This record gives sequence, structure tokens and C-alpha cells, in this order.
Amino acid sequence: MFEFPEKLYVPMEKWIDAIMDWILVNMSGIFDAIGGVILKILIVIEQTLLWLPWPVILLLIGAAAWRSMGKWWHGVIMAGLIFLVGVFGYWDDSMSTLAVVIASVAVSLLIGFPAGIIMARRDKVQATLQPVLDAMQTMPSFVYLIPAMMLFGLGKVPAVFATVIYAVPPIIRLTDVGIRGVPESVVEAARSFGASDRQLLFDVQLPLAFPSIMVGINQTTMMALAMVVIASMIGARGLGLEVLVAINRIEVGHGFTAGASIVFLAIVIDRISSAFARKQQKHLS
Amino acid sequence: MEPTAAPASVEPILKARGLWKVFGDDPQRLFESDLKSESKEKIQEKTGLVVGLRNISFDVHKGEIFVLMGLSGSGKSTLIRNLIRLVDPTAGQIHIGGREICAMNEKQLMNFRRRSTAMVFQAFGLLPHYTVLDNTAYGLKIRGMPEAERNKIAMEAIRTVGLEGWEDYYPSSLSGGMQQRVGIARALAADPEIMLLDEPFSGLDPLIRRQMQDELIQLQSELHKTMIFVTHDLQEALKIADRIAIMQDGEIIQIGTPEEIIASPASDYVQEFVRDAYPATVLTAGTIMEDPEPEIHVWQGPQVAHTLIHRSKRDFAFVLDKQKRAVGFLSHRALDDLIRRGGNSLEAAMDVEFETCTPEMTVEELFPLATASPHPIAVVDEKGKFIGCIRNTTIIESMIQDEPEEKEGEGDV
Ligand SMILES: Nc1ncnc2c1ncn2[C@@H]1O[C@H](COP(=O)(O)OP(=O)(O)O)[C@@H](O)[C@H]1O
Ligand SMILES: [Mg+2]
Repeated sequence: MFEFPEKLYVPMEKWIDAIMDWILVNMSGIFDAIGGVILKILIVIEQTLLWLPWPVILLLIGAAAWRSMGKWWHGVIMAGLIFLVGVFGYWDDSMSTLAVVIASVAVSLLIGFPAGIIMARRDKVQATLQPVLDAMQTMPSFVYLIPAMMLFGLGKVPAVFATVIYAVPPIIRLTDVGIRGVPESVVEAARSFGASDRQLLFDVQLPLAFPSIMVGINQTTMMALAMVVIASMIGARGLGLEVLVAINRIEVGHGFTAGASIVFLAIVIDRISSAFARKQQKHLS
Repeated sequence: MEPTAAPASVEPILKARGLWKVFGDDPQRLFESDLKSESKEKIQEKTGLVVGLRNISFDVHKGEIFVLMGLSGSGKSTLIRNLIRLVDPTAGQIHIGGREICAMNEKQLMNFRRRSTAMVFQAFGLLPHYTVLDNTAYGLKIRGMPEAERNKIAMEAIRTVGLEGWEDYYPSSLSGGMQQRVGIARALAADPEIMLLDEPFSGLDPLIRRQMQDELIQLQSELHKTMIFVTHDLQEALKIADRIAIMQDGEIIQIGTPEEIIASPASDYVQEFVRDAYPATVLTAGTIMEDPEPEIHVWQGPQVAHTLIHRSKRDFAFVLDKQKRAVGFLSHRALDDLIRRGGNSLEAAMDVEFETCTPEMTVEELFPLATASPHPIAVVDEKGKFIGCIRNTTIIESMIQDEPEEKEGEGDV
């Protein structure tokens, strides 16, 4: 009965396309530079991971789990899960996925950490950024693939780009929350003794915000891992591609082992990083 | 209202003049309007501005403990924070050691805080990720002092507050009282011109609080720091203050020594505070003593003594020697006996067993003297000269506050 009047149609999508076109034409230099940096980071990480012999990587994972979680058998279990990934035949794929995750997390921290600090310092910045971050997190992750592809084409660089956009909000948010959560009495005491903004940040705010920041890193990492699987559609390769192939060919076994490998990777990353985060809270309560 | 404790010739270390703090948007508009002298409530109603401090002026002298006392919300914390601009005053001047604080830029202010002041907070404000030693050295670290040097000074301060052996612990493993000792050690290590203490003991158990007060007094007798000490507790104020400023609704309504405040409260508000106080710890013999007259000397005859005593409307006197030292107590009755017996030396009638005190002694310290002898107590100066006397009844009367008329008969003393 009540059709929405067509007269009210606004060609929003055309405008956005126009903006994208304009960016593509006029700002390609900037994006080439960004892409170049991302690529360099990526190559270093990937080559390191593939160059390291697999027993060494398993040992490193085991040691990190043991140190962070406290028991030697934690280390054995975590290393065992990754060993299983190799047994399934996805060692190189998983290292490739891991490389994109690590690169994405690194870039996310590079952006998110300073952004979080600025956000904590300025109420106006927080008021502006907060809804943007909310929107970024509610947006379906596939959507980020489109601008990433347009700006960087197909491959691992747009994958990292899309992953960063998807995974950066938690680290920004939790850096902000952590710094704002530092008790006013401690901040005031530091100020009363003549601490500069810098001294306040490094001696007081960041150390006390550290547990919160670690939670942010953990969340960012988990979101990056989820996104990297999706980003295999635009060339991230790795484990995500295996899942994609399995879906296309309707190969249940293939899909199961590839999917399980992603889960194992996720468990290992999550457990180790959240255990490190917990360890930092010891004196701070 | 004028400060009395410090000599007027010495320039005060801190001078605050006409300080205002008005909270809200564009507080200057209050000064352009004619609402400035209206009540806090009226100003808030008409402008939405909250008057935190109103026209505050006071001096603090070197080496004294200056106490800001008032009910919660009276503006004590705002005032003490204004002094180092943790909260910026809206109007007025603050001079500390000859420098004008309000005229300083960020950098000057930072350096000033590093060198000249140190603050102790009710909530301690310790850095939870620093050990006791690092917390104590924090003020020095901010100045850029090398680690070895600052740790040495910090250890000294830790010893001063009695926390030796705890230097490697984290604040979370310390009790509240010990944490505040760290707060005090941190301030002491910075060796400031002025220490600012905002209700440092209010968060502690009463027993610990009293102990910390005693230790602060002990510390002060050795260190002679200049301190501005905020409290809402009159007992505490009376105990540790050289001078007290009483605050109400953002104004200072009385400044004086503890004794002056107790003896003559400037308003009902102060009176109300004082009523709850226990004056024995504050009132001194010098305040409650009676005149030394009549002066009766050992060499005088009984008839002369009788006339003098009779004229003084007292029934006793102290007998003095050449140096005006009290050598005996002479009651009217003993003198009458002497005259009836025809004796001629006062020494035969006077009682040499009596108690003496100095004018600085508190009423509390007089209690044992009053019970030791039935006679009044002789007050003597440092040379032993007789300067007044105190009857036992006076001691008891001094304990009873001047209640307002309508309160009479409640009898809750
Ligand atoms: N940031 C602020 N904004 C508005 N009003 C304030 C602010 N800080 C303090 N006040 C007001 O100033 C008054 C004095 O507060 P405060 O200095 O904390 O008192 P006290 O320390 O004596 O308890 C109170 O009425 C309080 O409501
Ligand atoms: Mg207060």
C-alpha cells in the first residue's frame, strides 16, 4: 500500500563510487606507498616463518605457552595443536596465514596505539571516534574487501589492508579505556610532583593501562585471524583459501581439516596472548 | 582574625590574596555581574556557576603547620589544589617563596612543582607498579636525578617514616597506614619548601590515625617543615596545628591558633565544631589562670596579709620571696589562726606543700596536679616567678563549654 516514494531516492552509492574513483585517480601515490610498506613487512615476516625449521617454531610456541600459562604441559598441548596442523598437510598454508595475521596486527598496533592515546587525552576526539569505531565493528567484514581490492588489487596487501580496518578498533578502544581507567588519584599525584605529559604517559598511564592494552591486542589478533580467512577471497591465500576450495568442490574432509587448522591456530594465539595479559595484572590490583 | 603565632617581621613563605574558584562555563562573567557578593545558592540559581572558593586570603609562615579545617564540601581540597594549580584559580594571587604562581606558564609550573612543593593525598596516590623505594624516589626521578642518588635519598626518607625493610614491596601488599607512610616519605624525599597534605589520615582506622598524627608531630619537631594540612576533624586540627583556618562554603571564616579558636569561636559554625572538641588537650594553664594578686611576701606581717587577702575577695594567697617565687600557700583560715595565736611570721601559717605548673601546660596535664593537692596550683614562668594561680574548680569549669542558652540542660557533657 505504502510504497516508499521513488522521488526520495538519493544516489548515495553513486556518490561514494565517485569519491572512490577520485581517490583512485588522485591519491594512488599515497596508496602505492602504503602498499609498499605493507608488502615489505609481510615479506620479512613470511620469509622468516618459512625459513625457520618447523621444530624450532614448535619449540618457540611451546616455550611461549609454558612461560605465559605456567605449566610445562600447557606448552606441550599448544605445540601439539600446531603439530597437528602440519600433520593435516597445511604447514606452509598456516605459516602464510600466520604471516598475514602478524603483519596485520603489527600495522593495527602502529595505528591503534597512538590513536588510542590521543583519544584518551582529548574528550572531543573520543566523542568523534567512538561512533566511528562502533560502525567499523558492526559493518559486515566482507564490505571491507571491496575498497581494499579497488585500492590495491588482488593479493596479500589488500588482505592486510582490509584486515587492519576490521581488526584495529579493539586496540584503539582498549588503549583509550585503559588510560582513562587509571585512577585519578595516581594521575593527580604524578602531576603534583611535576610530571610532564610524557612522563605521565610512560611512567603512569601506559604501565597501568597495560592489562587493558593486552586485552586489546588479544582481541585485535583474534579478529585479524577471522578476517584473514575471509580475505583469502581477495588473495590472502593460506588456510582460508583451502576452506574456500573445499566449499567450491564440496569436499567435506578437506573443509574439516582446513577448518580445524584455523581453530587450532586461533586457540594457540588466544591462549598465549591472554595468558600474557593476565600475567601483567599481578601488582596492579 | 589576624595571625598571631608568627612574628610579623618575617615574610610569609606563602601568601594567598583574594582567591576565587568558580566552576562552570566562562566563570569570569560572575565578576562582570553584580552577583559576586550574593550567596552560593543564589549565584548557582541565577548563573549556573558553582562558587568553590570565595575571596580567600591567608599567610603561611616558614616552619608552621597550617591547618585548613571545614566540613566536607567546604572547599578545602579545591583550595589546596589551587595553591599549585592542580585546579586553576579563577581570580586572585598566590605567592610562594616570592614567586607568583598564577603567572607561571606550563613549564615554569612544572619546575615549580618539582622543586618547591610535594603533596600527600587521602587516597595515597601511590604508583601500584612501583616498589616502595621507587614510589618514594618518584618525585626525584621526575626531576631527572640519577638512580643511585635518588635511591639513597629515598632510603633516608623510608627510614624516617619507619618503613625500613619494606622498600622492595609493592603498595598493594601494605596496609593503609603503611601506604600513607610511603606517601609521606615520597613528599619528604622531594624536600619541598611546602608540604601539602589533603586529609592524609582521614581514610585510616581511628587507632592508626591517632598513631600517624603522633608520628607527624614527632617528625615535625625534628624537621620543622612548612605544612598545609587539610582535615575535617577538629580533634586532628587542634592536635597538630600551629594555626587553623576554618572554612565554610568556600570562605575562610576564622584564622587563629588552636587555643584562640577554642577560646573564642568566631561564629556559630565554629562554635558548633568546638562544642564537640575536648578542650583539655588544647586549653593551657596560661589561658585559664587567675591574676597573681594579691602579692604577699614572706617578710610581711599577718595583719598586712590579712588586709590584702580580704581586699582581693579571695580566701587564699601564695606567699612570695624576693625573686617573686611562690614559697608557700596561705589560706584565709590559717592566717586567722595565726593572728588569733599572736604569731608574727607568715611562715608559721603557710603550707609549703603545693603544686606548680607552667603556663604552656594543657589542662589535661593539670589533672594529676589538681588531684595531688587540695590547694590551688601556682603557675610559674621559666624563671620560677609566680604569675598566676588555678583553682581546681576553674579546671573543671574550663571543661564545660559555653553552651548556647537554648541548649542548656541537655547535659551531654
Ligand atoms: N569540578 C567541579 N565542578 C563543579 N563543582 C565542583 C568541582 N569540584 C568541586 N566542586 C564543588 O566545590 C565545593 C568544594 O569541594 P571540595 O574542595 O572537594 O570540598 P572539601 O575538600 O572541603 O570536601 C563543593 O561544593 C563541590 O561540589
Ligand atoms: Mg576534600
